[in-house]
Amino acid sequence: MTTKHSLTESAEGFHLNRRQFLGGLGALTLAVGFGGRIAVAAEGSLQAGEFVPNAFIRIDKDGFVTVISSYLEMGQGTFTGLATLAAEELDITPDQLKVVGSPADAEKYMNPVLAAGGFKVQGTGGSTAMAGAWTTMRKAAASARAMLLQAAANTWNVPVSELQVKDGIVSHASGKQGSYGEFIDSASALPLPADEQISLKDKSTYTRVGKADGMMRVDIPDKVNGKAIFTQDIKLPGMLVAVIAHPPRKFAKVASVDKTAAMKIPGVEAVLEIPGDNIIQGGVAVLAKNTWIAKKGRDALTITWDESTGSREDSEALFTEYKKLAATPGLEVGNKGQQVEEAPDGGKVIEAVFELPYLAHSPMEPMNALVEITDDGAHLWNGEQWHTADQAAMAKELGLAPEKVTVTQLYAGGSFGRRACPMSDYIVEATRIAKIAKQNGVTGPVKLVWMREEDVGGLFYRPMTVHNNRIVLNADGSVASWRWRVVGQSFFPTPKDQVDSGLMEGTHELPYAIDNMLVEQHLYQGDIPVSWLRSVGHTHTALVGEVLIDEIAAFSGKDPYQYRRALLAEHPRFLKVLDLVAEKANWNSPLAKGKNDERRARGIAIRESFGTVVAQVAEVTVRADNTYKVDKVYCAVDCGQVINPVNIASQVEGGVGFGMSFLRQQITLKDGVVQQTNFNNYPALRINEAPAVETFMVDSSNPPTGIGEPGVPPTVPAVLNAISAITGKFIRRMPLGAHVQA
Amino acid sequence: MIKLTINGQPQTFEGDAEMPLLWYLRDEKDMTGTKFGCGMALCGACTVHIDGRPARSCMTPMRSVDGASISTIEAAEEDRIGAAVQAAWIEEQAPQCGYCQSGQVMSAIALLKEKPSPTDEDIDAAMSGNICRCAAYPRIRQAIHRAAREIK
Repeated sequence: MTTKHSLTESAEGFHLNRRQFLGGLGALTLAVGFGGRIAVAAEGSLQAGEFVPNAFIRIDKDGFVTVISSYLEMGQGTFTGLATLAAEELDITPDQLKVVGSPADAEKYMNPVLAAGGFKVQGTGGSTAMAGAWTTMRKAAASARAMLLQAAANTWNVPVSELQVKDGIVSHASGKQGSYGEFIDSASALPLPADEQISLKDKSTYTRVGKADGMMRVDIPDKVNGKAIFTQDIKLPGMLVAVIAHPPRKFAKVASVDKTAAMKIPGVEAVLEIPGDNIIQGGVAVLAKNTWIAKKGRDALTITWDESTGSREDSEALFTEYKKLAATPGLEVGNKGQQVEEAPDGGKVIEAVFELPYLAHSPMEPMNALVEITDDGAHLWNGEQWHTADQAAMAKELGLAPEKVTVTQLYAGGSFGRRACPMSDYIVEATRIAKIAKQNGVTGPVKLVWMREEDVGGLFYRPMTVHNNRIVLNADGSVASWRWRVVGQSFFPTPKDQVDSGLMEGTHELPYAIDNMLVEQHLYQGDIPVSWLRSVGHTHTALVGEVLIDEIAAFSGKDPYQYRRALLAEHPRFLKVLDLVAEKANWNSPLAKGKNDERRARGIAIRESFGTVVAQVAEVTVRADNTYKVDKVYCAVDCGQVINPVNIASQVEGGVGFGMSFLRQQITLKDGVVQQTNFNNYPALRINEAPAVETFMVDSSNPPTGIGEPGVPPTVPAVLNAISAITGKFIRRMPLGAHVQA
Repeated sequence: MIKLTINGQPQTFEGDAEMPLLWYLRDEKDMTGTKFGCGMALCGACTVHIDGRPARSCMTPMRSVDGASISTIEAAEEDRIGAAVQAAWIEEQAPQCGYCQSGQVMSAIALLKEKPSPTDEDIDAAMSGNICRCAAYPRIRQAIHRAAREIK
């Protein structure tokens, strides 16, 4: 097995359109064709003679621009956002650029927003890409432009201030004109402009940023014809596919394995015991020349498990335990004013305990990773969301220095946070399998492929939680005091005496004008590893908070929209978003009636997450048989400066759909065994249940904030509030299921 | 020996007849446009056409496609309706992560071949086997209506 790949032309020819492939910095090229092989070239770096003013922009002699993304494209549209910013500042057209994923490089590509929050990694998460790139990518492109213009001015001997650029063509009133490509050599010899000398365009001159037709998604053409390359699609010469049997009872170990039947299957190359630990489940991996054979081999194994180390976690027992904890005071996370013990005359005490389950990310592409151990290092091919952390974890597993691990970033078929696992579990598992394979004389790259069952059972779930709330209401319906306790595992490993911001976000920072509020946390140290899921803590805190606001409003018979308005009077940004959604949803007009025996209502919710405020109004129909349908969701968004309005609408539509899946989803454990396996028992929203979604954006000149996640949090509470408006019953436990309680 | 045609090209296969068509396409023919999502015909990412009808290739053993004519996403653009669906998908900016989209496109082509002017109910019936975890459903629906207008 060679470790160097050269560009291989298939018999059918090598139909590479430079604008249609995705690769790492360094001319990774991929081609897939019918009857042909996947040809791969991972060698070389930039093309000779390219102008490389910084780590984010390269320009070749034809003036063609390569935009380098330090972020993963997993569907959220980041590649397009970056392309929009680069094209705006460079004044180029969409067909004059391509976007490629960067390698892992902490020095060049640290995520500035995550780093400011304490996660010093190159990574994609927290809806931070555009917030960070708003500075870095615009400056990178503007400085490239400034250097190219200076080079043109020098060449033509004219003042730089007299030059113009349109569609990548530099021109002067004298009639001189030329493409950027003509000036790359002389620009390369110029000094880099100082940071303060880089001038960015004024908003009034934007031609692409914020425009509906400013930039179509750069990744979409290859996503409608099967050409986009995901980790699942990579095939290297000599590569083996690994399919693993994880222990059914989590963290049980292999006692013995009968490999005989598996090894008899033609094409099975190795059966390897993979030790687990506190990061990976381990088990037995079957390596074969293709995926089907590896799976068949895996299914033919007879494994005896040593259950002594196995988890005995049981979600029903855990809810009982959590509820007990929730009845006791916890770590104080926020405390203002004074808690009121008794309800005043005419008032009321609401005691509300919510139970919310573990959730799996369940992206369409099950977890996978391709690891190649070379003579002097290793290479990871992956839809890479957690670049430098995964690089370090892989290096540690192999006893290498991190810089000896090269990472090639590919598209991810969804992730929703799963590919940013804080423990790099699936990367470590793939690496361990490749390492053990090599120790057993099996060389060649190894692609670990989880079947859907391994993915659903693959742990690192959104933690289950219990929320114990005690709200004292005055006779006029105002809140005398609110105590909110959250019990759960920390999203990110956190000592018990510290606040886990992931678990608690959106509780103590509630924007509502409530004078007396106490928020407490109980961290449970469980067996089952957990991690962030799209929208992180807001997946549970928005539900609890916004359902309770409706319940509070209902006590005094107040309109839930108006009640929120009153409590948000000090927050003009929230008010604007709330008013916008109410206006667009015709909140103040009666909802059209349903068919004879159907009942309909609206529900409203608002949440700030990842710097963005989103309000939603859901229109819901409850049928005579108590099934329900979410007919339409209106959304209003303030995410600062709009970069790609169509993509923002897409992300919000997708966020609504992602949130709606929570109505049916739960991961449960019985005696250490995950009960769900595939889409039959861990369902996802389908088109027949998907509501129409309409999204409206607030015009803003503030720097952009997140959009990949903020569409999710208001959806479930808006839907639950609509259902409660119909049934008069407030919902305390998720998933709701297919029926409402009459 | 199993004989079949893929996108009009005759092929023969002599391996494990129980192997699903999905893995034959992906691992033997390097046609990776057809995706693996669930392995149980629950998600539709692996949708291809077998003798003109949409089918989940992950649960279709090779033995069952002897003599069959298979078409995949790789050849969609050669078909008038296929090209219209792909163009509509781009116009509506439907895909997000894109992993399910080969299957979505193949299901939509099959729908439009049978019902050139589908109603929303027709779309629900024909497309509810295709999961999109990015929930790009509103744009998928609009793209199908757009393609229907284009092929008239």
